[in-house]
Amino acid sequence: MALLFFVLVGAVSLAAALGVVMSRQPVHSALFLLTNFASLAVLYVTLDAQFLAAAQVIVYAGGIVILILFVIMLIGGETNDFSAAQRAWSRVVGIGLGVILLLTVSYSVLTRMLKAPDDATSLLQGGTPAAVGNALFTEYVLPFELVAILLLVALIGALVLGRQSEGTGEGVPSIEASD
Amino acid sequence: MPETSYYLILAALIFTVGATGVLLRRNALIIFMCIEMMLNSVNLTLIALARQWGNLEGQIFVFMVMAVAAAEVAVGLAILIANVRHQKSINIDEINLLKW
Repeated sequence: MALLFFVLVGAVSLAAALGVVMSRQPVHSALFLLTNFASLAVLYVTLDAQFLAAAQVIVYAGGIVILILFVIMLIGGETNDFSAAQRAWSRVVGIGLGVILLLTVSYSVLTRMLKAPDDATSLLQGGTPAAVGNALFTEYVLPFELVAILLLVALIGALVLGRQSEGTGEGVPSIEASD
Repeated sequence: MPETSYYLILAALIFTVGATGVLLRRNALIIFMCIEMMLNSVNLTLIALARQWGNLEGQIFVFMVMAVAAAEVAVGLAILIANVRHQKSINIDEINLLKW
């Protein structure tokens, strides 16, 4: 039963991952990405990581995908990158390298099958916010503070990069308008 | 309960799809999404192995990865917007300002 659930959710997430790569419209890619993130959050719950499942939905689905969608709406994002006539071999090479990567990674995984543990739930305490927060604010408080500084730096960096230069007041040009 | 290896195989498949997408697509936004997907598949690996060894450290690491991914998205999209303003294109082949 649990295996059937895993197979179904995993198939959804894998199909969504393929959809991200193969969609022609960037908006469709972003929505497939949302599906991928949501199904991974479901898998996190089955892996005793309740807090991270919630964080996944909030940070990735709620923050990152929305940000990407905003940028798509801002700049259009229309490029006919499927033509790629000047480099017809790039698709063959890309898929070939992908297959090689998959074979290499899956070889190292498949040669040593890991059985599901019996007693991990008691050690992980289900990965509840209380358990994760306890570890985060006692043993790992220094990395936590460093992450806070990193986020501040990223905030300032995004602000500086996204700022309009003086004199030009026309905002972000869309790509369609420029053609 | 599914074996830990199944989760690792799923993570490997999603990572491969993301890496292939980075190689195949020329739209910088889609490449961005593929990178996010790869980060997520590594998160799945970390969480599966955290359960395997009954250790919370993997989950803490995933928390840090999420924060770094959020920072990366904010800065990366700002760079993309700045480039669109400058060059009116998000085709990755035309973004070559740093090329000598």
